[in-house]
Amino acid sequence: MLPLAIGAAGVSTAAAETAPPPADVPSRSVSLQVNGRTHRLTLDNRMTLLDALREQLGFAGTKKGCDHGQCGACTVHLDGKSVLSCLTLAAQAEGHAITTIEGLAGADGTLHPVQQAFIDHDAFQCGYCTPGQIMSAAACIASGRAGSEAEIREYMSGNICRCAAYPNIVAAIRAAKTQMRS
Amino acid sequence: MRPFVYERTNSPDAAIAAFDDVRATAFLAGGTTLIDLMKLDVLRPERVVDINTMGLDRIEVGDSGARLGASVRMADAETHPELRRRVPMLSESLALAASTQIRHMATLAGNVLQRTRCPYFRDVSWAACNKRSPGSGCAAMKGFNRSHAVLGTSDACIATYPGDFGQALIALDAVVDVVGSGGRRRIPFAALHVAPERTPEVETKLAPDDLILGFEVPVEPWFRRSLYLKIRDRESYEFALAAAAVALDLDGGMVRQARIALGGLATVPWRAHEAERALVGRTLDEANCQLAAEAALSGARPRQHNEFKVELGRQTIVRALLQAAAMEV
Repeated sequence: MLPLAIGAAGVSTAAAETAPPPADVPSRSVSLQVNGRTHRLTLDNRMTLLDALREQLGFAGTKKGCDHGQCGACTVHLDGKSVLSCLTLAAQAEGHAITTIEGLAGADGTLHPVQQAFIDHDAFQCGYCTPGQIMSAAACIASGRAGSEAEIREYMSGNICRCAAYPNIVAAIRAAKTQMRS
Repeated sequence: MRPFVYERTNSPDAAIAAFDDVRATAFLAGGTTLIDLMKLDVLRPERVVDINTMGLDRIEVGDSGARLGASVRMADAETHPELRRRVPMLSESLALAASTQIRHMATLAGNVLQRTRCPYFRDVSWAACNKRSPGSGCAAMKGFNRSHAVLGTSDACIATYPGDFGQALIALDAVVDVVGSGGRRRIPFAALHVAPERTPEVETKLAPDDLILGFEVPVEPWFRRSLYLKIRDRESYEFALAAAAVALDLDGGMVRQARIALGGLATVPWRAHEAERALVGRTLDEANCQLAAEAALSGARPRQHNEFKVELGRQTIVRALLQAAAMEV
């Protein structure tokens, strides 16, 4: 459940549920468009998009791994491109369409082909890196960069998997690409 | 991270006007270096000026050159079809850098200004870092210095310049278009960075409130025979241990002109003029490439753990030259 009060026209405000930053800390009113819905928040300027998604908006699917742009667990889409939400200030994301792992499935709950392929191909063990892997994989296929195993591996190199599920991740991406084509 | 005032600007003039002389100000582009180093407490700006919406994100390619806007994302320059065809070295230097996500975020200007990955610079628990804290010493000199520079070093600093794109820019004689409170000016890319010498904290000729507007890259027909070869511990998503940006103008088997720049080996983007001179007018064969490589590394000053880089650097140059010579253009 998202801790949100849903207002008119799909605009929500999290102000009532989350404590605003202290008055002496520079903050800012930020409007974030996440998975097609606009959220208005008052945020400490230091807050990253990752922390805003997880701690303020309840989109805990996006994971915090290293928090320094090295592991890829926090990957989301900004205007359709895969980016690291841990190195993006929430304020920077204003005016861009943000898609998280929660926004990939269809409205009726049908999984995105990449999500289904990860299940079918056993493409994860502990699952912690998986939301980031899937966001990168979806961008990889959508941008036409899943042409070969080598191309997939290169595109996906910014997503680290400590369980080393890499062979199955590559197989899942190849299968999802075939399915998305047909 | 320490608190800061955030401001967004829509033009270079507004960004320069937003620069605060009293409170430490940082310009925020892709953020992949700045936010990281702010989290590590290495950089402590009190004011962050977001320059992502200045309209400097165009790539224009003409007959004799290209202009790349400062805010062009690495991924967008990397995949530009005409640049890829006419100057493969440029596209490859971008494509082999960082990860897909970082290349979607990072800008070209931010890329050339990225800070060193020296672990002693990045970790504030090490007191001695002349770059971070001038006059404090250098923990890398007697520390673990396997990744450190062998060219352009000084007794004050051996931190490696981590970039790849900068090696292509210096090899191609690119020019940097800069604006600041002192006005607009053009700087040869080769003169942008300064070697550490006694002041490693000074990394470029830019004033704090200077902004890069773009890069002008000459495009010669013979740049089609160019490439970027990057040698590293991992096949992808890793900084160079040694890298070579090379372009060859061949007349049969004879070298008319050559460009060679080196990554992963030096404290700044590094043009190997001696190696170029050693090749011009000679046959492009393995023996002459070896002579050029020896000239390029003749001034190397390795430390305890990075002596392997001298031979690795030579072999990288030889392989890059032979590969470029074999290209079908």
